[in-house]
Amino acid sequence: MTPMLETQDVARHFDVSRPLIQRLLAREGRRTLRAVDGVSFAIPKGSTLSLVGESGCGKSTVARLVVGLYPPTRGRVLFDGQDLAAARADRRQRSRMQMIFQDPYASLNPRWRVADIIAEPIRAFGLIEGRAAQMERVGELLTQVGLSPLDGQKYPHEFSGGQRQRISIARALSSNPEFLVCDEPTSALDVSVQAQILNLMKELQARLGLTYLFISHNLAVVRQVSDRIGVMYLGRLVELAPAETLFTTPRHPYTRALMEAIPDLEMTGRARTPVGGEVPSPISPPSGCAFHPRCPLANARCKAEAPRMLPAGEAQVACHAVEEGRAAA
Amino acid sequence: MSLLEVKNLRVEFPTRRGTLVALDDVSFAIAPGEVLGVVGESGAGKSMTGAAIIGLLEPPGRIAGGQILLEGRRIDNLPYEQMRRIRGREIGAIFQDPLTTLNPLYTVGRQLVETMTTHLPIGPGEARERAIGWLEQVGIPAARERIDSYPHEFSGGMRQRVVIALALCAEPKLIVADEPTTALDVSIQAQVIALLKRLAREKGTAMMLVTHDMGVIAETADRVAVMYAGRIAEIGPVREVVKHANHPYSQGLMASIPPLDRRVERLQQIEGAMPRLSAIPKGCAYNPRCPHAFDRCQTERPDLMPAGRTEAACWLHAEGSAR
Ligand SMILES: Nc1ncnc2c1ncn2[C@@H]1O[C@H](COP(=O)(O)OP(=O)(O)OP(=O)(O)O)[C@@H](O)[C@H]1O
Ligand SMILES: Nc1ncnc2c1ncn2[C@@H]1O[C@H](COP(=O)(O)OP(=O)(O)OP(=O)(O)O)[C@@H](O)[C@H]1O
Ligand code: SF4
Ligand code: SF4
Ligand SMILES: [Mg+2]
Ligand SMILES: [Mg+2]
Repeated sequence: MTPMLETQDVARHFDVSRPLIQRLLAREGRRTLRAVDGVSFAIPKGSTLSLVGESGCGKSTVARLVVGLYPPTRGRVLFDGQDLAAARADRRQRSRMQMIFQDPYASLNPRWRVADIIAEPIRAFGLIEGRAAQMERVGELLTQVGLSPLDGQKYPHEFSGGQRQRISIARALSSNPEFLVCDEPTSALDVSVQAQILNLMKELQARLGLTYLFISHNLAVVRQVSDRIGVMYLGRLVELAPAETLFTTPRHPYTRALMEAIPDLEMTGRARTPVGGEVPSPISPPSGCAFHPRCPLANARCKAEAPRMLPAGEAQVACHAVEEGRAAA
Repeated sequence: MSLLEVKNLRVEFPTRRGTLVALDDVSFAIAPGEVLGVVGESGAGKSMTGAAIIGLLEPPGRIAGGQILLEGRRIDNLPYEQMRRIRGREIGAIFQDPLTTLNPLYTVGRQLVETMTTHLPIGPGEARERAIGWLEQVGIPAARERIDSYPHEFSGGMRQRVVIALALCAEPKLIVADEPTTALDVSIQAQVIALLKRLAREKGTAMMLVTHDMGVIAETADRVAVMYAGRIAEIGPVREVVKHANHPYSQGLMASIPPLDRRVERLQQIEGAMPRLSAIPKGCAYNPRCPHAFDRCQTERPDLMPAGRTEAACWLHAEGSAR
């Protein structure tokens, strides 16, 4: 079956040069930041792929690429087998995808009432006729995210951070999308409301076959929702594996380091080990494998040659040590 | 003596439909070097408590009762200018929304330098060096190269780290941090937490840390306050509240933490939703959702009372309780 979404070697670079005068004074050239640099994955219909990785590794940029907010610098994005740009030009196709943004404040129009914010996609795509019927649907959505239909009459600034995040979730769900990109959708929610939202997302997936691209720093949450997980490092995928496989047998040295850094709720006093070494600059990434300055298994080959994604068990891993069998399981 | 003392704080929002009580009788204290974690239902009033302390309640919200004392001195009734000087110099604020703190028109470096030259006896050159140092401490890679970037050129988590650096750079005595680590990956989070704990230990900086991340709470906080519907439901030492909560809401909250070591079909959640401010039930505000509710809960509002090794606002712990 055609995957809901596929990216083929997709990249997005940003020009972060300083203004011309300063460049001339400092005798420096243009500078390019490779936020995403050659990422390929496919998300089968009805499944969830999660992206994890250090802050700044390019997750939100991937999210923006797959819903067409950034055109790719290189590579292709296919939505249900169709080139994304063509799909975006078609209103019916466009209504099949929605995004929950990382920053719920920036994505809600402060001058609109919440009911109108949530109803906007319904109106834009002409999904429900008549104000009364639209408002009924809005009330239902508000209830689903743990707010009250009466809250629709208020403005965004009258809500707490987590309440606003729930408003943006209700808005994203309002057009009954088939593909939903969720960038940190529950980061502002307490654990009980978070559980409600995650249960709702799972239930919608089971009932209506929704497909999710899910981004979160909370690995416990990621474990609950994902079918597969992609680990990103400095603009590239370094490991792509079925969710349980990733947690039980992480293979890439960076994935392993990430797991060690998870906070310890049990309060056993286990020291949490931050990933060692300096976070590299995405403007001048290290040569070869970008993880080599921080990797305990790095050798000469790692400094010279960038590893490719290769199958390793049920996973795909980009690491010379894994390929050479040097990384003990 | 406590560095910060909040006594019977009440915050109201007058609206056309009547007055909403957003905070009702909130009291707690924080000692120098102590970290008080604040958790609770989304919309419970955590950010509102922080905003009241730093004197930035959004109108028409106003303090309608109670007192806030910093080193024994009242700060809840100071004129705007005086409060503005205290904010930044004595109280550092990290807001939930990094975009509201950062000025999109100025580079990150300029914002740090201006904050330091305003509040500390140093010049711009020294301030710029320190700014680079702070950016490094909060884990911005290539800080020297990126100090002249604008906020929109940073990722969500990087902007949040800039906000943290801004709050810390004037070396305040009290830090009010609202969700400072939510946008950060676990590794940077560990680094930022280590930094905050070091400041608490070495400089005696006190902190009110609002977060939904129980892992961060477990690691950083000395005591925890659990809020529900504008009130403190439970307060006590971190280990007790997380592991042996005495208030039914805290118990439900802790049970909802997603497990890391396995996948479950359906996550535990507390059924129902928190009441709206305009419809807070009589008696205990948690009674419609509480599995232990009994007669008294529908009529009388519980205040904090000793419960196990914490204090909980729950009639189950009243002396001679029906249970
Ligand atoms: N518009 C832009 N201009 C310049 N650089 C950008 C832009 N958007 C993102 N970047 C850079 O691209 C990199 C990746 O950013 P992105 O927002 O995708 O990270 P992320 O993985 O989502 O991080 P976080 O977990 O902090 O949200 C970062 O180094 C960021 O500074
Ligand atoms: N300007 C306002 N007018 C009316 N009500 C408001 C306003 N701002 C906030 N509120 C209400 O006050 C209550 C407390 O909000 P607050 O922002 O303190 O919640 P919070 O505990 O920080 O929640 P979260 O975890 O979601 O950030 C909420 O119910 C919110 O809807
Ligand atoms: S390729 Fe080399 S440096 Fe990169 S992760 Fe593997 S062992 Fe480490
Ligand atoms: S006072 Fe009653 S309703 Fe409130 S938490 Fe205790 S038992 Fe439950
Ligand atoms: Mg992001
Ligand atoms: Mg808040």
